[in-house]
Formats: sequence, structure tokens, C-alpha cells
Amino acid sequence: MNVNESTVVLAIETSCDETAASVVMGGNDVLSSIVSSQIDIHARFGGVVPEVASRAHMEALIPVVNSAVEEAGILPQRIDAVAATAGPGLIGALLVGVSAAKALSLVWDKPFIGINHLEAHLYAGLLDDPTLQFPLVVLLVSGGHTMVIEMRGHGDYTILGRTIDDAAGEAYDKVARYLTLGYPGGPIIDQIAADGNPTAVDFPRAMMHDGLDVSFSGLKTSVINYVRKNPTVSNTDIAASFQAAVVDVLCAKTIKAAQQVGAKGIVLGGGVSANSALRAQMTERGNAAGFRVALPSRAMCTDNAAMIAAAAWHRLKSDGPMDLSCGAYPNLKLSDVPR
Amino acid sequence: MILGIETSVEHVGVALGDHRGIRAHALVASDRRHAESLTPMIHFVVRQAEATMSDISAVAVDIGPGLFTGMRVGIATAQSLAWALDIPVVPVCSLDALALNANTEDTTVAAALDARRGEVYWALYRMSGNGQEPQRITEPVVSSPEDMAIHLADRAEDVVCVGTGITRYEETFSANPWVRVLGGETQFPSATAVVSLGTAALIDDRGVAPHAVEPMYLRAPDAEINWKTREGAR
Ligand SMILES: [Zn+2]
Repeated sequence: MNVNESTVVLAIETSCDETAASVVMGGNDVLSSIVSSQIDIHARFGGVVPEVASRAHMEALIPVVNSAVEEAGILPQRIDAVAATAGPGLIGALLVGVSAAKALSLVWDKPFIGINHLEAHLYAGLLDDPTLQFPLVVLLVSGGHTMVIEMRGHGDYTILGRTIDDAAGEAYDKVARYLTLGYPGGPIIDQIAADGNPTAVDFPRAMMHDGLDVSFSGLKTSVINYVRKNPTVSNTDIAASFQAAVVDVLCAKTIKAAQQVGAKGIVLGGGVSANSALRAQMTERGNAAGFRVALPSRAMCTDNAAMIAAAAWHRLKSDGPMDLSCGAYPNLKLSDVPR
Repeated sequence: MILGIETSVEHVGVALGDHRGIRAHALVASDRRHAESLTPMIHFVVRQAEATMSDISAVAVDIGPGLFTGMRVGIATAQSLAWALDIPVVPVCSLDALALNANTEDTTVAAALDARRGEVYWALYRMSGNGQEPQRITEPVVSSPEDMAIHLADRAEDVVCVGTGITRYEETFSANPWVRVLGGETQFPSATAVVSLGTAALIDDRGVAPHAVEPMYLRAPDAEINWKTREGAR
């Protein structure tokens, strides 16, 4: 199959708590990107509940796919391939999107591509700025993942560092829960931190000087211990100081990685990369170290289907279509290609 | 032609047919590889029937009650096929399809599927004639097999029992002298039954738009039950 600038991919993403569909032409021209978020549904449980997520995906699936095609302003005949996130993620949630995409592929007689969600996050930055040059260092930070990745080319990745315990987004959620600020913790802490003093408490920066791995479990514990001993401390100061520690570690490790591999740029990806402090500091410190820093739009940081379509365009070009016997793979690693 | 999809149990079934009968069908009895098997099986069945996807005029799908993941694979597939082909979906209850397996006339039929956690999904039917649509006497519910057995004993009438909900708890039901248990392949709802019930439903104009299809869960997610209990205790 000839994959080129006019090749149109329809992609579906249902790996966690967003039902999303998108139509992308030529790997980076986003004709539509629809995201139906379940955040409100899960808020009362204080986290994503798999069975609740699966049910919500079922309800949103057809309306979201329909809107993506309608908003793209194309006829379905114009779609050249259909993609879906095949993993990692919640098994019941993934199955909804994979089943839908394979059915569309069968009806339209067009190739199907199952995509690794982690790989797709790497493409969010390239989608917003196609002029980026390899090698790149990508900081992928979300509720489920924290990794520093070297991207040498399409499909060519090495994980240089990762969290040894909690993901950054998980630490935000746990601290927010402890301070009873609500769910999800990331945006709330980011917001109230703006009114606090980031140097009020000098929280520990774990593993700052050894290697590229990170750890957030100890930080979470010291926040809890500090608040227990100092009950009058303001939530805004705690939020600002906690956030300062997280951002400091993430920036230091990412820049260190970029220096080690001689990267041509630093790219952010994943839900936590919508964090305003992380975006500001990474830009400032990355630029000071001589690196170009690409910040995908906030819509591209959080889960969406445009990044799945972009990754699918590249996978279709390099590997061709996938068999319709593709399933859902909840524990897929970055280096795994679904099949 | 009507495409029938059956994924609410461990089996995956696909059938294609119309009011004249079944043209082709396939069954995979492997353990719950619904997502992997379903689309290739539809492709296979359509080809074997010497048809094309565009010959399909409606999709009948088992909406449960049954295995949640299986149901969702089947329904998401049915909805997407129907949306892309611009045709209706006919939702078929797993227990209705299962009752058809009893293949009897003028008796009460109890259809029950294993719901795990020591419970069964079940409903009672009156069969009007061979191959005819079973008429529900009671609506589908989830309960312990013991509660279902008590209900059957109270009725004090001959009842043909069918389904994995019966065979798994056979000792609970066979104590009742009125009960006759069917086993073997009849304990699973079939894709061909889904097609025949779907055909009947379509004649009555009971097809729906793809987005309007709702799974029949009969059980709330655990988190929701726990949350309500917590809220109630406050
Ligand atoms: Zn993600």
C-alpha cells in the first residue's frame, strides 16, 4: 500500500477513561479529534474504575466515531485505514475500541492497525511540530507512566529512565486525595499551587544524582508526614512545594538524558505534561542547556485519538496492515508491537 | 440477510441467514478469545455464504446477560458494522436465545446462564410452538441458583431447564421432580438462534439505531454498589 500525504486514517482510543476518535491525513494533518472524557463519572470513586470505564466507552463509542467522521468533512469512502489502541490499558476498555475498529476495517475493506498507546504519546509532539529532528528525548508523564525515552527515529526507542514506584500523575492524585482536594489531582494541585510558595517546604528530590530513574513514593510520604506535623500549613504552600519537587526532578532527569544522547530536542507527552509549572520550567531550563523544547498543545498531551492516527500512519508505512485477529494487550511495553 | 453475533458466553458464534433459513454459521469454542476471533469469523461466514458485507441488511446481537467482556466485544462490533453499513441492530437477549434450544411445545422453559459468584441469570418462558419465539413469563434477573430453584418448585409444573446456569448447579435443580434438565451443546445460546429471533424481531420493526443498543448487565459495577453502601451508611 502506498502511504503518503493524502492517506487518511480514522483512529479510535479507549485505553483508559477517554473515548476518542480522530481523522488524520498524511500522519499530521488533524481533520478532527473528538474526546469524550469520563472524568466526572469516575470523580466520586477517586480514580478510574475499570468496569465503570468499560460501560461508559460502550455508550460513547458510536456518537464519538460519528462526530469524528462528520467533523472531518469527508465521506467514509475517503478513509484509507482504521486504527485503534491495542494496549497498554484496561482490558475491557481496550476491547471496545479494538472491536469497533476491526469491524469498520472489515466493512470498508481497508487495512486495520493496532497501536501501542505509549508509542502514540511520542507522536503527539511530532503532530504539533513536524519540523522536529531525531534523536529526540521524550518525557512521557501521565497517571500511569513516567519515562524518559530516546526516540532515534520512527519505531526506534529506548527507555533511558523510568519511575521505580509511583507514576508522577499517581503521586499528584495521592497527594490531592490526602489533602482532600478532589480528583483528578494534577490539574487541581497545578491550579492552587499558583497561589502558594514553592520554597515553603523543601521536600526531598529522590535519586536526583543517581542515573535517570525517578521515584515519587518517598515524596508522597514526606508530604503526608509534613502535613501531619504541621497541621496549620496552607494547602497552597504544600501544593506549590510538592509540585516544585516533582517538576525539579523531571526537568533535571530529562535534560541529563538529552545531554547523554546528544538529542536535537526535548518533547513532552502524557497527561502530566499539561502541567503549567512543568511546561514553564522545562522550556526555561531546557533552552538554557541549549535544547529546543517542544510542548504539545494540552489537548495532545492528554489521551486522544489523533496521536493514535499519527502513529498508525507511520506503522502502516513501515509494517503494513495488521491481521484482524489482533486482540487487546493490557500490559504492552513501549518496545512491543501489537499483532 | 441478517448477521447474528453471539459472544455473551465462553463461545463465539456467528451466523448469516434470512427468513428462509441459515446460509452459513461458525462456532469457536475456545476459551474466551472473543475479540481475536469475532471479526475473522464474520469475514469467513460472509464468504462461505457467497455474500458480501453489503448484503447484510441488519445485525442481530446477543446483548446479554452474560460475560461482560464478551458482550461488549459483540455489541461494539455489531454497532460499528451497522453504523458503517447504515443498517439497524436487533438486540437479542441471551436467555431468549437460550430458551429456543429447549425446542419443545407447550411447556414452561427455564433458561439460565452461569453468572459466576454463585449466581445465575435466568428467566422463564412459555413455548408457543417449535422454532417459534419463546414468550417470557418472567423478566431476566440475577439470583442465587437456590432462589431460582425455590421459584420453580413453587410453580409445581413441568419445566424444561436449559443453560450453563442449570448444568453448573445441577444438584440444586434435579431434586425437583418437575424439572427436566437439558445438557450438551444446548446449554449455550447459539448465533443461529440469534438470527432467527432477530428475523422475527425485524418483522415486528424492533430494530434500533446502532448507538441505541444497550447491554443487559443486570448487575451494577462493584464500585458503584460499594459507593452506594458507603453513602447509605453516612
Ligand atoms: Zn495515555
